[in-house]
Amino acid sequence: MLSDMVNYAMRLDRTFTALVDPTRRAILARLERRDGASISELAKPFAIRLPAVMKHLDVLADAGLVTRSKSGRTVTVRLRPQPMREAIEWLRRYERFWSSSLDRLTAYAERKETEARTKGR
Amino acid sequence: MTSLTLVRRIKARQQVVFDAVTTAEGIAQWWGPDAGPVLLAEADPRVGGLYRLRFRTLRGTEHESSGEFLEIDAPRRVVLSWRWKGGLEDPGESRIEITLRATPDGTDLSFTQSQLHDEASSRSHEQGWAGSLRKLEAYLAKGEALQS
Repeated sequence: MLSDMVNYAMRLDRTFTALVDPTRRAILARLERRDGASISELAKPFAIRLPAVMKHLDVLADAGLVTRSKSGRTVTVRLRPQPMREAIEWLRRYERFWSSSLDRLTAYAERKETEARTKGR
Repeated sequence: MTSLTLVRRIKARQQVVFDAVTTAEGIAQWWGPDAGPVLLAEADPRVGGLYRLRFRTLRGTEHESSGEFLEIDAPRRVVLSWRWKGGLEDPGESRIEITLRATPDGTDLSFTQSQLHDEASSRSHEQGWAGSLRKLEAYLAKGEALQS
């Protein structure tokens, strides 16, 4: 079970690391509009060379965010949403945890403030 | 790079909020996922000082988390490291930064959880990340709609 959790954490790290880069996010956004694009189609709007795009695709593929399949001379790139679901689930889980904590912190601090003012009178 | 930011507007003075955030007595009142009891709270609020917290959720499961005070600038700002005991819930170590700003009505609190090892990148990319998260959520919502 521990190793499952460590793998989960490593996957999350890879997903978030992959998503840090604006070019990689732009590639994902393009795939979102047009899934199953070729590498040259993907490279077109970017002011970078094809090998640089290939490197970004390597990072995205390592994180499991895209898959590549070759047919003849064309490589087709597809979006794979599962790692994003996990990343979003991670953020939502902590958001719930801390939202609830901070609501109680707010109520507690306001109670302490009222107590201090009542005593001060 | 993982970061989550939440804000609260609190009708209490900055020092009152700061004490609630940094003392064992204060932390015991609010830290945890629900209103279940805090079983143990220890805090040594100075740079390098440790804190430890054990709570039971309303479902009956017990969890312990602990960490270190990395930076303290009373009553404005505190930075903590944070990890779960045994690393079962989430084996990573997080960085928690709480900043407090005095306002005419009280205090504005900003809370950020990020991964400890790349604080710099989480700062510079917070905007981009928030934007891409919204897009991804929209994408997933669309994907789910198509599947169902």
